[in-house]
Amino acid sequence: MSNYPKPDAATLLEIYRKAALIKQNDERVIKQMMAGKLVMPYYSPRGQEIIPSALSVSLTDDDYICTIYRGIHDMLAKGFPLDALWAELAGRVTGTCKGKGGPMHLTCPEKGMMVTTGIVGSSMPIATGLAWAAKLDGKNRVSVANFGDGAANIGAFHESMNMAAVWKLPVIFLCQNNLYAEHTSIAYSRVVEKISERAAGYGMPGVTVNGNDPDEMYGAAKVAIDRARAGEGPTLIEAMTFRFNGHLLGESGGYMDKDLYADAQTKDPMPILRARLIAEGIASEDELKAIETDIDARIDAALAAAMDAPFPDLAELKRDVFAEEIA
Amino acid sequence: MTEIKKMTIVEAINLALHDAMAADPTVLVLGEEVGDVQEGGVMGVTKGLSTKFGEDRVKSTPISEQAIIGAAIGAAVGGYKPVAEIMLMNFITVPMDMIVNHAAKLRFMSGGQTGVPMVIRTMTGSGFSTGGQHSDYLEAWFAHTAGIKVVAPSTPDDAYGLMRSAIDDPDPVLFIENLPSYWTPAPVTKQIIPIGKAKVAREGSDISIIAHSLMVTHSLAVAEKLAADGISVEVVDLRTIAPWDRETVLASVRKTGRAVIVHEAVKQFGIGAEIASVITEELWGTLKRPVQRVGAAYSAVPFSKPLEQAHAPTPDSIADAVKAALA
Repeated sequence: MSNYPKPDAATLLEIYRKAALIKQNDERVIKQMMAGKLVMPYYSPRGQEIIPSALSVSLTDDDYICTIYRGIHDMLAKGFPLDALWAELAGRVTGTCKGKGGPMHLTCPEKGMMVTTGIVGSSMPIATGLAWAAKLDGKNRVSVANFGDGAANIGAFHESMNMAAVWKLPVIFLCQNNLYAEHTSIAYSRVVEKISERAAGYGMPGVTVNGNDPDEMYGAAKVAIDRARAGEGPTLIEAMTFRFNGHLLGESGGYMDKDLYADAQTKDPMPILRARLIAEGIASEDELKAIETDIDARIDAALAAAMDAPFPDLAELKRDVFAEEIA
Repeated sequence: MTEIKKMTIVEAINLALHDAMAADPTVLVLGEEVGDVQEGGVMGVTKGLSTKFGEDRVKSTPISEQAIIGAAIGAAVGGYKPVAEIMLMNFITVPMDMIVNHAAKLRFMSGGQTGVPMVIRTMTGSGFSTGGQHSDYLEAWFAHTAGIKVVAPSTPDDAYGLMRSAIDDPDPVLFIENLPSYWTPAPVTKQIIPIGKAKVAREGSDISIIAHSLMVTHSLAVAEKLAADGISVEVVDLRTIAPWDRETVLASVRKTGRAVIVHEAVKQFGIGAEIASVITEELWGTLKRPVQRVGAAYSAVPFSKPLEQAHAPTPDSIADAVKAALA
């Protein structure tokens, strides 16, 4: 990893801003759910904050991402508007999808978030198509397919990587390997040590990084993005991480290795990055506090606005099925 | 006046794709063997397109149905109008997730922020001894899925006109081509034919046959034969299965008082059930006889010739149903 570009101080602080937003937002969603004020399936990204934050600092609004049901961190890192997000989680008409998508189908084209899918592995074929569109557009935009380690075992993973390699498309396959596919440990689902080894079968670079380390994640993402923008084709990045709240919020996690879980807790990337920023003199405790206070205030406002907003009119059932309204 | 040429359905679709690509640089073609290096596919439907419009816009793909439909969805969400070929309708089982969960639903789930203006071309039809996995009609699956339109032309003129509409439609369209009808020349006027409009292919007063694809051809032959016996059969060509043209169908049955619905798909749970039900609900007082349905036997398409011939409706079995309805 030593030859990777490293984030400068300002970039590192920006990564923290994004990651802190993700963490605090997650905590607030959970609080609302526990209080019975939000009812929905929720797949917490707690523990995976650094991956999209360190990626997104090298992306623009023009770049495409596709993500999955556990993807709220990917969206927040890429700039998903907080008001529209909270209103959608609350099923309100002011939500980004008018309350018709919900947490697993969040969409925000103006920020490049084109598809969120609830089907494991389906982000990859569509991100490949977006990359084809991006290549035809000639605007040097890239397309990122987010998925988990479980998705690396479905056929679409292999089909998409092969097609993207053959067509030399500007797409980054970003596997966020949190060691568990729903309740199944990765130990039960592959014999190769690293998912990134599979890239060799498609003639593309494949790299495994510590996704919780902002330097490694930023560097690997930057190299892949630059490569895609230069027309050199796709890259598979396997970003190792851990999900602290299990698969679906509320499950007991009895299938998880207790030692592994305890060890992961000691490696929580958030306090580590925060302490580093202070130690390296990038930001003071007060400055970080100010960032966090500001985030909380923004979440407060988005939450209040969401809860005040109306539910969608029942006529919405007939809208957006097709472009023209159904009679 | 431009000269009205006779051509086959293969030539009509080729011309429609050609004209659409020439008129609109965002129209793309992809699928297995669609390029000229691969001779424009097994049937040659896309012959000449990659030579004329380049291999960036006409992409021959690996045998990767999920990636083909995924790439088409991504390109469509990214602002293009892809026409994806799934060589035979049975192979559509492979990318069902992409079609049903993504192409058909992204507009609704995104609250109208994204749309999927793509066409899926596919071919099917029994009669070539291809057995159980190469000749099924599966239109009912898609007609049952909100968000995707289903089109099935019976003539070269309709094939041209409906393909042009399908390509320009803002939503996904499944375009079902009938293989046994592929090589029968007929005049092509190059008229654009709107999706959702049926055609009275032959006027009559005693009974209405409602059909699509090859079954229209069979039904017209039946009508011709029965005319000699003094029976006046009206034949309605649905042309579009979803959304189907209730007005034209109901007007015909209101006039004749009798209806037979014919499709090559298995009769059970087929589209005939839906149409028969609506006719019964709307025209109960005017119906002279219960609505009849004619469809394939409840089995896979058999290989052995006599079995294959007995499986799908034939002019004889359609004529028997008509006579039963008139008795």
